[in-house]
Amino acid sequence: MAQDNSLLISSSPHIRTKDKLPVVMWSVVIALIPAGVWSYFVFGISAIITIGVSVGAAVLTELIINLLIGKRITVINGSAFLTGLLIAYNLPASAGGHLPIYIPIAASVFAIAVIKLAFGGLGQNWMNPALGGRIFVFFAWTRLMTSGWAAPMSPDVVSSATPLAALKFNAGTLPTHLDLFLGKTSGCIGEVSAAALILGGVFLIIRKIVNWEIPVFYILTTAILAWIFGGLNASTPALFTGDPLYHILSGGLMLGAIFMATDWVTSPMLFKGRVLFAVGCGIITVLIRLTGRNVEGVSFAIVLMNIAVPLIDRLFRLGIFGTPGKEKKA
Amino acid sequence: MKTKIKPSTFPLGGIHPRSLGFNTMDNEIKNADLPHFVSIPLSQHIGVPANAVVKPGDIVKTGDVIGESSGFVSVNIHSSVPGKVLEIKKGYSAIGSMTEMVVIEFEGELNMSRTGKSPVKWKDMSCEDIIKKIKDMGIVGLGGATFPTHIKYSVPSDKKITELVINAVECEPYLSADYRVMLEKIDDMLIGIEIAKKLLNVKNVYIGIEDDKPEAIQKISEAVSNIEGIEVVDLQHKYPQGGEKQLIKAILGREVPSGGLPLDVGVVVSNIGTIVAVKEAVVDGKPLTERVVTVTGSIVKNPGNYKIKIGTMIKDVLAEVGLIEDPGKIVMGGPMMGLAQYNDEMPVTKGTSGILVLSKKQAKAYHHAPCVRCGKCISVCPMGLDPTLLCTSIELDRAEKAIEQGQNDCIECGCCSYTCPSQKHLAQTIKLGKLRQIARRKGEA
Ligand code: SF4
Ligand code: SF4
Repeated sequence: MAQDNSLLISSSPHIRTKDKLPVVMWSVVIALIPAGVWSYFVFGISAIITIGVSVGAAVLTELIINLLIGKRITVINGSAFLTGLLIAYNLPASAGGHLPIYIPIAASVFAIAVIKLAFGGLGQNWMNPALGGRIFVFFAWTRLMTSGWAAPMSPDVVSSATPLAALKFNAGTLPTHLDLFLGKTSGCIGEVSAAALILGGVFLIIRKIVNWEIPVFYILTTAILAWIFGGLNASTPALFTGDPLYHILSGGLMLGAIFMATDWVTSPMLFKGRVLFAVGCGIITVLIRLTGRNVEGVSFAIVLMNIAVPLIDRLFRLGIFGTPGKEKKA
Repeated sequence: MKTKIKPSTFPLGGIHPRSLGFNTMDNEIKNADLPHFVSIPLSQHIGVPANAVVKPGDIVKTGDVIGESSGFVSVNIHSSVPGKVLEIKKGYSAIGSMTEMVVIEFEGELNMSRTGKSPVKWKDMSCEDIIKKIKDMGIVGLGGATFPTHIKYSVPSDKKITELVINAVECEPYLSADYRVMLEKIDDMLIGIEIAKKLLNVKNVYIGIEDDKPEAIQKISEAVSNIEGIEVVDLQHKYPQGGEKQLIKAILGREVPSGGLPLDVGVVVSNIGTIVAVKEAVVDGKPLTERVVTVTGSIVKNPGNYKIKIGTMIKDVLAEVGLIEDPGKIVMGGPMMGLAQYNDEMPVTKGTSGILVLSKKQAKAYHHAPCVRCGKCISVCPMGLDPTLLCTSIELDRAEKAIEQGQNDCIECGCCSYTCPSQKHLAQTIKLGKLRQIARRKGEA
């Protein structure tokens, strides 16, 4: 037996974890399914079309570029699929049919080709590709991206405003907290149901695929700041009168905090750094929501903090065992 | 003695490697079949190889010296079977280095040349005599490092040892040799500890056992309950707790300085198997000619803990335990730090704690993807290193930087590679960096 070259020789360790990259990516996709299913019930088939187009565009873009530059085909690792899915979830559900399909396509192509692959592929991108894609189309087609929101459960009716806009500009009627939690509101495709997103998030945290610290600190920071300063926009401004629950249940915070701020590539590698990152995201989100012209702060907050990640990683390093007081040099 | 309420462990990193579904913890130690031939390397320890003192045609008995230690950092090598020396040849040992091997054909009766003698009254012996005995009997660390034990127990006069730590933590997942030894040889272990205490002149002994072995904790705790100065420490199960630095940190809270030895914090760590071997050498006059080896893997028909004669070929061992299908990988040692062998004509040596056989399906070459910055490798590194950063430095051939980043602090435990979702060859690259450094140093000299 075994006299031939049939024995594999390799350096130790000889066992590896089962949580390989594709497993991780597809798990995140699975965790996002409840929110997608929910979007169908709230916004109808148009939501599903947008999701399909944007996922398809992302996967195709990656495949074509892989083939063009003759690199290893990376689409099966699920990361392009996930990017496309997240882009769709961040696009508005418009009334009376879906968004013009060039919007999801543009967002996906930009995310994959420019933000991810042009910087060297997965792992090298400094900005979350899905957010980059979203912000790109947001600036390119601002009007389409910010108006004509479909009213929940009757997708052909134009709702006057998303919950955050309603809160900020005192326009329209505010949905109840329960509606927000369950997702019976206007908004982006994947962001409306906090319940569905939390469900996915808990699954990922238990599977140790995303860390708990970023979502928890991000949401907490937002809640506290919204409570302290949220009341300043009201007709009788006062501190400590904001509605924290309203802020954390609306405007894509759950989607951002659980699924996008936690992206491995674009968030800090260690606990302390992650806490700082998450708190930073929270502060910027509230700042934009309360003072900016724009009502949604999550995407910009995360992208701004993405930029700071290399600095944050330098700030917090573990000391090498057996070298007390001596910090490791980067 | 007392066990702590909350088991302690080392603070940084560590993993719980996944189970592959086999377990040999409950298999009692069994004597393996006697081999027809043994091939005994003359270099089975760290340090200078022994010099052959037999020639082809010589008749030897079990326990006869066939290789004499040549220098201080060297120990004797003994024949593990009675028989005729066939040849002395050069060959690769399991660690991949070229060494001389004495090939002996089994002839006659297995009869320990010393049986029938009454036990030695070691308490009357001087420390020098005991040390000499340990060296002559060829005792080395059985945890895998094979450092000559007589050197470990000859403490330099400028160092003061305050604690002896007994490593009863299985060094590697899937292996159970140490566990079986500690369950089955408690009395020998206690005498071994007394001998080590005398040599090191220490009062406090800690036996570190992980909490996945409650039976051992209970049995040994009972056995030491009325002995002054020996304490069983209940440790939280986590790999690599068997690493000396991790074990000392877990039990005593002391950190061995970077580049230093346990001696520097007043500690000597001995593996439980070594302690038993010391007892057998000093009291029974038994040289190290056999050891307990865990033979395991999902395609092994009769996995278990076997007492195997040093020099037995892996193929003879595997023939005895039986394989369900052709192996894909044979590892000497454990899954995390063991060495894959290129054929099965390798002899079991003093450092072989396990033989792990992986199926063709389990033996995969891993294709690595780029780092996705998940930070997992950093958080599992027990040495507080940044494996991905180190790896990048080494890949870019920035040797100075890699050393600054702690390349030489890496204990090669493999936690980083195990846990990396991109399956980067982190530990492997760091080992490469160390080898390059050695090569460079040789080039300079
Ligand atoms: S192999 Fe080295 S770098 Fe990797 S986890 Fe172990 S000590 Fe750290
Ligand atoms: S575990 Fe792998 S993917 Fe994660 S940071 Fe380390 S090298 Fe990168």
